[in-house]
Amino acid sequence: MTTAEKLAGETRDAGEPNILLRLWRNKDTRSVILQILTVALLFAFLAYIVNNAILNLAALGKTFSFDFLDLPASYDINQTLISYTSQSTHFRAMLVGLLNTALVAFFGVITATILGFLLGIIRLSDNWIASRIVYCFIEIVRNVPVLLHILFIHGIIVHVLPSPKKALDLGDSIFLSNRGLTIPDPVFGDGFSYTVIAFFVAIGAVIYFRLWAKKVRESTGKIYPVFLISTGILIGLPLLVFVVTGSPLSWLVPELGRFNLKGGITMIPEFLALWLALSLYTSAFIAEIVRAGINAINKGQWEASQAVGMKRNRVLQLVIIPQALRIIIPPLTSQYLNLTKNSSLAIAIGYMDIVATIGGITMMQTGKEMETMILVMAIYLSFSLLISAFMNWYNKRMKLVER
Amino acid sequence: MNKVSFALAAVAAAALTLGAPAAKAGTLEDVKKRGVLNCIVNTGLPGFSYTDKSGRWKGFDADMCRSVAAAVLGDGEKVKFIPATGKTRFTLLNSKEGDVLIRNTTWTFVRDVDVKLNYVHTTYYDGQGFLIRKSKGVKSAKELGGATICIQTGTTTELNLADYFRANNMKYKPVPIESNEEARKNYLADRCDVYTTDASGLAATRATFDDADKHIVLPEIISKEPLGPVVRHGDDQWADIVRWTIYALIAGEEHGITAANADKMASSSNNPNVKRLLGSEGDLGKMIGLDKQWARRAIQAQGNYEEIFERNVGLKTPVGLARGLNAHYLDGGLQYSPPFR
Repeated sequence: MTTAEKLAGETRDAGEPNILLRLWRNKDTRSVILQILTVALLFAFLAYIVNNAILNLAALGKTFSFDFLDLPASYDINQTLISYTSQSTHFRAMLVGLLNTALVAFFGVITATILGFLLGIIRLSDNWIASRIVYCFIEIVRNVPVLLHILFIHGIIVHVLPSPKKALDLGDSIFLSNRGLTIPDPVFGDGFSYTVIAFFVAIGAVIYFRLWAKKVRESTGKIYPVFLISTGILIGLPLLVFVVTGSPLSWLVPELGRFNLKGGITMIPEFLALWLALSLYTSAFIAEIVRAGINAINKGQWEASQAVGMKRNRVLQLVIIPQALRIIIPPLTSQYLNLTKNSSLAIAIGYMDIVATIGGITMMQTGKEMETMILVMAIYLSFSLLISAFMNWYNKRMKLVER
Repeated sequence: MNKVSFALAAVAAAALTLGAPAAKAGTLEDVKKRGVLNCIVNTGLPGFSYTDKSGRWKGFDADMCRSVAAAVLGDGEKVKFIPATGKTRFTLLNSKEGDVLIRNTTWTFVRDVDVKLNYVHTTYYDGQGFLIRKSKGVKSAKELGGATICIQTGTTTELNLADYFRANNMKYKPVPIESNEEARKNYLADRCDVYTTDASGLAATRATFDDADKHIVLPEIISKEPLGPVVRHGDDQWADIVRWTIYALIAGEEHGITAANADKMASSSNNPNVKRLLGSEGDLGKMIGLDKQWARRAIQAQGNYEEIFERNVGLKTPVGLARGLNAHYLDGGLQYSPPFR
């Protein structure tokens, strides 16, 4: 093609009368047009859905309002972290459910993390049998739906464990039956506050000691047994104060009533089953994430550390894990989110979480399907955003700082 | 027009069409057009609605579904049973998944007024009771303080239970459970000391135990549980059809019309009430949007009220319930049909 022909072609294009067509053919304006169209369609779709909901509610003669939250709930809940009776409001019932969800998510995340890190590290160990056993465990656990884990563990607790009258007991103070795990209730005496104060002092001392030990290590290379000494301070100091003040703590041991064990603190089977099942299931995923994180660290890091004479444990602790954490944290966050959301399966075994209270009984008793579901979704969303925010903060802290 | 813009236009057009609200059709037209009655029933409650070994739905409630189908569609077998838990039933009805809800559902103020349901008639007068092992040595519900109690969640029993224990100043540990079957399993595993639900449901559940005689229903009935079919607010014609089909079954018992003799009665009876009911005189069916013989077919499908009761839950069945409040009014009960005229 000659230059003249090219020029002629361009002028022909430019001379096209339709301005829209010209905008469409330009790569930059086309992308803007498409984005505007997409947003418009999205809003049209949302408007349609909202409009549809309003029309259908009106057709049924229902109103949209959250006034029902102030009415008395009139039902009882079997696990309440805050005071609650059947005369409390639906709002209070929602809080009880929210705390129950938070409780199982909190314990679940902690247990799953500890178990997951342990499994992940054992999986990488040179011990063939240990590594294979963990491999089998992980593959079995993570390939069975979590609902089945929950039902299975709940089934074992309810059907296999004995009734309260024949409860398995440990030293006549801790009882395990198909009504749950009952432990003695602590009764705090007068001087117990000193022990609590001593505990906080111990925490302060440990933080100071660790900073000091780090400084010594970095300047002189001398290594103190930091973990042992920290644990010693944490346990020793409060214990000393406790004994000196005359052991101001007694235990209210549960005893058999007409139907159940009376007194003591009971973890109901539904909580135990949900907690264990969610922890086990999620720990299998965390183990794989940990393994991936550690494997992703260049072999050279191991070799270099060993070349300067560091032991395997110290290499893991000081060189490998800090680097691996950067890879581990983002997928770990999504596992925490999964665990929290999976806790909504509680309804299958009757654990009174947020779905069972406001999304279940309140919804049924008031007929406010739309309102209660919006609340439940908003609560899960807040939970997830909080966890994400925390993990993002932690991730930033652990990020590689380039100097 | 290139592909992308064509697709966009198509989506926009679809959105516009969807945006127009569908015209509101009556439930009767919907059912006739579909040719099948969608009937919401219990997921499994022996005697009331359950599937037998061959997978056929049986029971007091299931049979009422067939009576309505026979009246409307001319064939009692044209029913699609939609099993629902205590929690899902109203949502299923209000979202039009089902045309009628016949699932031992208690008639209460809030449900009638605020959940926007129409109760058409109380087909079974019930009350809440307690089932317990004899070995626990309990003779009265007043002794249940401290007990662990299994309840079906999302039911009125949950509220009655809270009220009863509060009124009697006792404490208990509720174990909320989704379905009757799950509650039965938990009770048998002794996860709970007591199972509480409508007394009819307790009798039906107890009937399925291998050691039924080792369990008792305590004498206290702590609530009123009027159970009956439910339809949506806002379709009076459909509510009338379901209501008067049930009345036809009750009137059938009153006049001695059974599944077997309905045709004969229609021609031979001299009683004008019977003639009007069975469609051999006048045309009540037309007024309700059906044909002349709707009521006759309803009775022929599964029998009159007495036949349905006795076959499913009566004294000769394992459930073994006496008629009690559910006897015909002439026998001192509460089942009474307004006149067909």
